[in-house]
Amino acid sequence: MSDQRLGANFINRQSFIELDARERATALFDAGTSRELVGPFDRVESPWLEQQGVTPQEDDGCVVMKGKIAGQAAVVIALEGAFQGGSLGEVSGGKMAAALDLASADNVKGISTSAVILLETGGVRLQEANLGEAAIAEIMAAILVLRQHAPVICLTAGTVGCFGGMSLAAGLCSYVVMTREARLGMNGPEVIEQESGVDEFDSKDHALIWAIDGGEQRYATGLADALIEDDTAQIADAIRQFVSKGVPAVHRSSQVELYRDRIATLDTSRQWDPAEFRVLWATKSSKEDKK
Amino acid sequence: MTEHTLVRGTVWFRALTGQASSMPGDPKSVLTADAALGKEQARFLCVVPNPNARFPCARHGEVGLEEGYTLAARVREVMQQDKNKTKRPIVAIVDAKSQAYGRREETAAIFLACAAAIDAYGSARLAGHPVIALIVGQAISGVPLTHGYQANRILAFDDDGVMIHAMHKAAAARITRRSVEELEQLAKKIAPMSYDVRDYAKLGLLYKLLHVDNPEKPSEQDIRNVQDELVGAIADARKGPVDLRNRLESKGALEMRKASLLVRSKLEAQWLEN
Repeated sequence: MSDQRLGANFINRQSFIELDARERATALFDAGTSRELVGPFDRVESPWLEQQGVTPQEDDGCVVMKGKIAGQAAVVIALEGAFQGGSLGEVSGGKMAAALDLASADNVKGISTSAVILLETGGVRLQEANLGEAAIAEIMAAILVLRQHAPVICLTAGTVGCFGGMSLAAGLCSYVVMTREARLGMNGPEVIEQESGVDEFDSKDHALIWAIDGGEQRYATGLADALIEDDTAQIADAIRQFVSKGVPAVHRSSQVELYRDRIATLDTSRQWDPAEFRVLWATKSSKEDKK
Repeated sequence: MTEHTLVRGTVWFRALTGQASSMPGDPKSVLTADAALGKEQARFLCVVPNPNARFPCARHGEVGLEEGYTLAARVREVMQQDKNKTKRPIVAIVDAKSQAYGRREETAAIFLACAAAIDAYGSARLAGHPVIALIVGQAISGVPLTHGYQANRILAFDDDGVMIHAMHKAAAARITRRSVEELEQLAKKIAPMSYDVRDYAKLGLLYKLLHVDNPEKPSEQDIRNVQDELVGAIADARKGPVDLRNRLESKGALEMRKASLLVRSKLEAQWLEN
């Protein structure tokens, strides 16, 4: 890892995407303030994988760290995209839900605590199906409570991206931070092609996938709040800013009338060019960026 | 396996509200009505197939963009109306095919439409509305997350036509690189993978499994029984906390969700250390 960092320093940029979940989480905290909770040495593994011939991992692909961001108490929960596609199982999902609940409890006690969730995931882990799905529902419930007190920030940096049920959890967050390499969408291109045909979505058309789900598009259409270079320092800085910003006046997922009206005016008789969508749903900030 | 025609949503919506229509301005795929339940009024919501839907990938009973925002709007309407009075129960009747799988949906951020419905249901629960999910048929993948899982109490019919799962069988087999037969064999051994609602009930997520003689043509008695069970679930929800802890504290959860409980208790202990 240190070699990679040296290499990145050579061009004066340290890739965040190349970091694993533990390194990503650590990088977001004020230096020296973080500690991991229920780490690999606690060995809380998935009880369901081994009987299906899948080797479990000692942290179940979910890293929880507590510490300070911009001087304030924060918890970072990072999914490891390299383990089972970052999928949510009973343990990884349970860990995330419990960490968010504990952050809420601290807020109620008067200790202001934000959360940052690092989502690199295809969604529910199919080997744990209904228990993974139940955990995702509990994560959503936990986000809804915590965001009343402190911001819940979703960071999806890539390269797995954020899909399936967890894209809905991302939709509930106070802020969404993405890179150009990240994607955010409910149904992956393969699933759409399988369910609705190749004419609906050609999963081999990578340009189309990124034009729809990619960070640049999501930011330009107001569905993400920041688009950051794949650079650890810049990403950590963006997270600090959103922690300091606090809870937004209205969460995006509560702006029902705005989005319902937007959906009502769309011409559904044809497919849309993602570029025209950028004009339709352009945000003030993305317009300013273009100037 | 029973062939699903997704008629149950409409059948039970009609049975419980005496009608089956959308509210003015809403798409025909979302039924909303207020009707008597026990001694009070309740709001009922259901997603049903609409072959003439504006969105081509949402014509067979899928939860799509319009459905997500309509559910959200109709739940929020109840919260607004009941702001300063007794919080009306909200009953989500669940029998929907899946989320809508389309390019238009992804472009216009179906993830946010679903999140809007989840936000509304969850916020209604937190505001003190008893939210009850009644699963009468299919609840697969994004459907239960969007329309059901934020409920205080979940009820389901004890019937082969009920299926609650993370993914349809064929798709789950393909993604986990198994045959459907292999998947079915595994599902018999591993409760969270099972497609059988009786195995699902063992996970401890349900408040109750309800027996109904004929879920597609319910008798007066069937309907009365379900109404009584809904009234019971509402009363139970009002007695308890507004969070979802009952799904971790139930008898089934103590047995089947041991790892969830373990990771939670370890995290709690380490959270406090410094």
